[in-house]
Amino acid sequence: MIKIDNLVKSFGAKRAVDGISFTVERGEVLGFLGPNGAGKSTTMRMITGFMPPTEGTVSVGGYDVVESPLPAKRLIGYLPENAASYPDMTVEGFLNFAAELRGLSGAARRKALHRVVELCFLDSVLHQSIDTLSKGYKHRTCLAQALIHDPDVLIMDEPTDGLDPNQKHEVRNLIRDLGRNKAIVFSTHILEEVDSACTRAIIIDRGKIVANGTPEELRAMSELAGAVTLQARGATAERLSELGRVEKLNGAFRVYPKDKARAPQLAQEVVELVNLHGWKVEGMYSERGELDEVFRRITLPDTVKK
Amino acid sequence: MRIVLTIVKRELASYFNSPVAYVFLVIFLLLTGFFTFTAGSFFERGEASLAAFFGWHPWLYLVLVPAVGMRLWAEERRSGTLELLLTMPVAPWQAIVAKFLASWIFIGVALALTFPAIITVNILGDPDNGMIVAGYLGSFFLAGAYLAISCMTSAMTRNQVVAFILSVVLCLFLILAGFNPVTDLLTRWANPAVVDTVAAFSVVTHYDGFQRGVIDLRDLAFFLSVIGFALFATGVIIRGHRAG
Repeated sequence: MIKIDNLVKSFGAKRAVDGISFTVERGEVLGFLGPNGAGKSTTMRMITGFMPPTEGTVSVGGYDVVESPLPAKRLIGYLPENAASYPDMTVEGFLNFAAELRGLSGAARRKALHRVVELCFLDSVLHQSIDTLSKGYKHRTCLAQALIHDPDVLIMDEPTDGLDPNQKHEVRNLIRDLGRNKAIVFSTHILEEVDSACTRAIIIDRGKIVANGTPEELRAMSELAGAVTLQARGATAERLSELGRVEKLNGAFRVYPKDKARAPQLAQEVVELVNLHGWKVEGMYSERGELDEVFRRITLPDTVKK
Repeated sequence: MRIVLTIVKRELASYFNSPVAYVFLVIFLLLTGFFTFTAGSFFERGEASLAAFFGWHPWLYLVLVPAVGMRLWAEERRSGTLELLLTMPVAPWQAIVAKFLASWIFIGVALALTFPAIITVNILGDPDNGMIVAGYLGSFFLAGAYLAISCMTSAMTRNQVVAFILSVVLCLFLILAGFNPVTDLLTRWANPAVVDTVAAFSVVTHYDGFQRGVIDLRDLAFFLSVIGFALFATGVIIRGHRAG
């Protein structure tokens, strides 16, 4: 549905987006990660046709967004950063406005309005003017606007920004449900969202893609992935160090595999060692790796890295 | 066309939902009243015409029209709704024309509310109503020209005050180019062809025709081309922002 090829955006001498390529198919939810200023919003603005790319192409549903912007835009629902909306309008007025611009009228418009109001829980504020709403409601109003024409492609810039934990949870579930038959791209700073909503994640840094894979694949890039944490009476770092590098934690030991290829057998080896010395095990975990460690390692500037 | 209508409707609703619109209407009507009857010495003239009323419009609009137009794009940019609007299946020209039309209609409403002036002059005497119609038409187009310029300056900045000042300066230039004290000054050292050319750019030159009851196609063409040019420039400026 979305095909991005060697996308570049320069602001003066600065290349905010520097040669990004990826595709998103129907049924995929792509999480777009990266530090502030990495080029996430700029990329999304180019996908939605708000900014023309300096170089490269974006096509949505087969339409080039620069060559044929209107058919491409009809396929897209967009939740911009900060969820902008017209403060002087009521929620109902705003959604009707969006529906009319999307070419919905009469019964179709009423049906669409009803659907998104239910989906985004806006029933109670329908006749309130937007500037009197709390941030969470404003956000959902703008989200409802993006969903009103049931788009095939959904682009969301930080959809959970400024929501409380319950609302975050709702929005993530919504994204996951919608993702079954749409192509979705959303950006976020919150790594757990990648786990709970995405089928794939891309990490970008200074305008370039630095990682691209399923959440599992990304996590496997973590140094921690495959390590075994053991809490057992009698255990000593000396004995464990036969298996690999040992790190002392608060009352426990973490063993890192000597190389990643041996990681799958590590737990078994630890168990054998435990049995051999008769240690009393209180807890033992195989680490899956942490996304935020991966994120930090690949997006920190080289000078900050240890 | 439906898209344009939808946006016009939204813009108009947003004018009339805010108290600013009513404040504007009241100030507009008070000022036209003051200029017509006090500064324009409507009664002392002893003639049944609205010359005193229309004569002040270029100056009155100089301050009031930019006040209507300044928010058009500056506000959209500041609040981020520009991104929303332009990522809808809306061509930029549709948005530009629609927003311009909406505020022009708003000023048209303000102008229409001056109807008591027509009634007054008809009760007091026997005016040439054709001339009054031409006067209103000229006034409406004059407001349109100022408004298109405000639209352009509004697209240049996200600060409404800056947009206001810029458009006052530009509109002032359009008045002064044909303002008698200025043209007199120019004739002292420039040859008449140059003076006429400069004066031809002035709204006053073209506005005066309407006040004499003459609807000249050339005058209409002037106002329409100022509007067309300014709206085109608005499109270029907005595209410039998006290109970054």
